[in-house]
This record gives sequence, structure tokens and C-alpha cells, in this order.
Amino acid sequence: MFAWLRDHGIIERNVVLMAVLTLITISIGGLVQIVPLFAIETTIERVAGVRPYTPLELRGRDIYIREGCYNCHSQMIRPFRDELERYGHYSLAAESMYDHPFQWGSKRTGPDLARVGGRYSDDWQAAHLRSPRDLVPASIMPPYAFLDRPLDVSDIQRRMRALRAVGVPYSDDMIANAAADLRAQAVPDADAAGFQGRYARARQSAFDGNPGVVTEMDALVAYLQMLGTLVDFRDVTPAQLRQP
Amino acid sequence: MPTKIEKDALTGTDTTGHEWDGVKELNNPLPKWWLYTFYACIAFAVVWMVIYPSIPGWKGTSGWVAREAVVAEVAAAQARNAPMMARLREATPAQIQADPELRAFAQAGGRVAFANNCAGCHGAGGQGALGGFPSLADDDWIWGGSLEAIQHTIRHGVRANESDDQRQSIMPRFGADGLLTRAQVDDVAEHVLSLANRATDPAAAARGAVIYAENCVACHGDRGEGNREVGAPRLSDQVWLYGASKRDIVAMINNPRAGVMPAWQGRLDPAMVNMLTVYVHSLGGGE
Repeated sequence: MFAWLRDHGIIERNVVLMAVLTLITISIGGLVQIVPLFAIETTIERVAGVRPYTPLELRGRDIYIREGCYNCHSQMIRPFRDELERYGHYSLAAESMYDHPFQWGSKRTGPDLARVGGRYSDDWQAAHLRSPRDLVPASIMPPYAFLDRPLDVSDIQRRMRALRAVGVPYSDDMIANAAADLRAQAVPDADAAGFQGRYARARQSAFDGNPGVVTEMDALVAYLQMLGTLVDFRDVTPAQLRQP
Repeated sequence: MPTKIEKDALTGTDTTGHEWDGVKELNNPLPKWWLYTFYACIAFAVVWMVIYPSIPGWKGTSGWVAREAVVAEVAAAQARNAPMMARLREATPAQIQADPELRAFAQAGGRVAFANNCAGCHGAGGQGALGGFPSLADDDWIWGGSLEAIQHTIRHGVRANESDDQRQSIMPRFGADGLLTRAQVDDVAEHVLSLANRATDPAAAARGAVIYAENCVACHGDRGEGNREVGAPRLSDQVWLYGASKRDIVAMINNPRAGVMPAWQGRLDPAMVNMLTVYVHSLGGGE
């Protein structure tokens, strides 16, 4: 029945036939991987606490990506005992569901940062970014003292709208108040009931030690200090972590 | 493509039938070791797919789940240490220090936990760093260097607002809030230098002594001995958190900085806090 296929020369000499057969072959490979996923409702765990980034954290994340932090730091604690004992609970898909793009990574020249939030003081984070070797003599991390410059906040609403277009649930309220929220988070005693209402468990602080100016340092430290802190694992049951 | 398979006279092997400019190709079979390894790999992959969750929806015959396997592995490791950890949890740091067996365990475990959680700020050997990261290896303790004091600081942290029992104090912003004039700040800084015999302007130091008595004594003490109740550092020694120069001291009076340390009681097992207490106490400054 397929005797004509035995002479491979027929395919090699007919570009249309070759294209069709190539397409069929690749489709099989794709379908085997894709189709079974239709049977799964979601791969994201149903845990409470994960919220979109605040405007300041979002800008910090942009700086994290701009400076290429991901080249040396992963944000993915794998389910191995040594990683759990060093970094804490393994990472969940839910914890990066608002990341576009995610920062999981697999290359660790520096330590994993998935749960670095709250591990050090704001002072430490800022001092360490300015001059890593002052605090960790053996560190090979470059200094980022130049981040002590004013943060460009002019396009924060457009950045949030872009993320909303790909599925991050920023409300109109959040986008309308973006610039005010961004400044409120960088001043420790600013009255910001609205901000706290929009972003649960967001911490206000003078992240770089100077509440007067919102700097890139403020944004990056705010981002680092919230990493891995949104899900309270005391409230999470093992059943929630099983794929449904 | 015309194919003309022929037997090569020299080797007795068939050719592939292709010919390019008179060059023909022998059609040697694949090496047997390679071929059977290849088949074995295919067989291995099929068995693997059956045993493990290889395809979405297929859970595998073994029922293995990475997330549950690691939980079991951690539980098994914790079970091995459980009797010792239970004793460390119930004992006070003083009791741990007195018991050679507990002490050895606490030192070994405390060293690892210190490297992971504390060394970033306090240094790998507890030497601290300039900029508000206190040394744990000297005799200068801000909040106390006894076992109980160290344990309390580790548990509740410093100014992190994570525990109601945290170490908390705040120095007024004498310069920034206009409590003292620029000249007064300068004089009182000179007096602070004089507490460690470092003053170079006796007249200014004398003027500063009056200002010091009115504004600073309550926390830092008559002779700058400090007060651990409120975490006011001793000023009469050579140990400075934010720099020892007059300029640094003036900056601290103008707009003081204060260290923040997380509360570790929710992050670490109480037994681990006790181990760290004993370890930190042993770094050189324990009282």
C-alpha cells in the first residue's frame, strides 16, 4: 500500500509533498504534548494571597530585568530537600502567575531569590546593592550604586495596561491611582488607606533610607522585599498543592 | 534516483547504490553495541513512561509525585533529628550550654543555620559590617549579650514590626527636626568624641557636655556607657556602627539611622533559635 514511499527520492523531489509530510510529523509531536493538557482545568494551585505587583514593585521588577539580575539569580525553589532547607517552601506556579515573563531560571551564580523577601533589612538590601563586597567579602556581584537616581514614573500606567492586556487583573482603580500608589509605598508614614486596600500586605517603607525621592533603588528593594512573601504557607493544605 | 546496489569487491560489502562523480559509499551495518544500546534506551523510555507521570493525566504506576516525595524526605530527616530537637526545644540555652551532648549538637546545627540566615548581615564569622550591622564577636552588645538577651533578639527581631516583643527604640532626629542647631550638633559631637578621649577641641566639648546632659544622657548615660534597655549604644568605646569619624557622628545626630533585624521565631523552629543562641554566644562576645 505504501510501496511508493519506499523510494524516498519521491519525497525529496516534491517540495509540496515534503512540506505536507513535515507538517504532519511535527503536528503529531505537538498534539501529543498539547492535547492531554486540555483535560486539566488549571496547573495553578488555588492558594490565597497572590496579588498583582504594586506600581513600585512592578518598576522594581522591570529594573531587575533591565539589569539582567536573572542572569545570575533564579527565582525557583525546586522540590529537593537541600533547597527547602536553605530557601524555604518550594515555589508554586501560583506565585509567578502575574509574572510576564516569569523569572524562574536555572542558572545560579548567586543564590535563588524566590523567597528573599524579609530575610534582610531594607538597609541591608540597599547597602548590598550599592557595594556588595562591603557586606559579603567573597561576593562577585557587581555594584549597583547608580540605582540611587530618581525613578522614571511617567509611563507606569502604560506598563500596567500592557500587563492587563496579557491577563494581570489590574483594575481601573489601580491604574488610575498608579502614580500616587507608587509614591505612597516609598514613604513609610504616608497615609495610604486606598493603597493598602488595593494591594493586600504591601509594605510601605523608605526602602533606600531616603523618603524624599523615589529612586530606582526604592523600586528594586521594594520588589526584592516582597519576593516569596505573598503566600502564607501556614494556611496551605497539602491538597491545595496537588494538581487538580 | 537510480540505485544500483553492487557488492564491493575488496570488502565484500554492499554499496548504498548512490554514486557521486564515481565515488560510491559502502553500506556498512551499524555497530552492534550501538544498535542494542539504542534499542535498550527506547525500551527504558517506555518503561519509564509507564512507571512515572510522563504524560499529563497519566499518574504512573508508582504514584510518584515530586512534591510529595520531597515532603516525605524532609519528614524522614526531621524524624531522625526529632529526639534531639525535642530536647533542644525544651531546654533553655543555659541548659544546652551545660550539657556537652546538646552543646555539641547546637554548635554544629547553629553554625549551619547562622551561615544560611545570619551571615549576610553579621558576616560569616559574626564580625559584622560598617553601616549598622553589629559584630557578634566582640563585647559591645546593643541589646545585651547574655543567652537570654540573644535568644530574645533572635526570636523577636529589631524594629521589623514582626513581633510585639521586638527590640524597639528610636533616637530623635536632633538636627533634621531642628531640636538642636547646627553649632550645637557640632559641639555635642565633639563631646561624644571626648567620651573616648578623642576630642580635639576642648572648648567645644565643654559646651557640648551641657547639651549632652540635657538631651542624650537619658539613653546613652552620663559617661556614654549606653543603655541596653533601650538599645542605646555605648559611646565611650571605639566600636561604631555607622562610622567613627566626627562627620559620621554629626550625621547620626542630625538624622539617626537604626538597624532592623527580622524576627526569626516564625521562620525558624524554636529548637533552631536555641541552637543559634548558643552558637552566637560562643562567637566571642557571650556574657
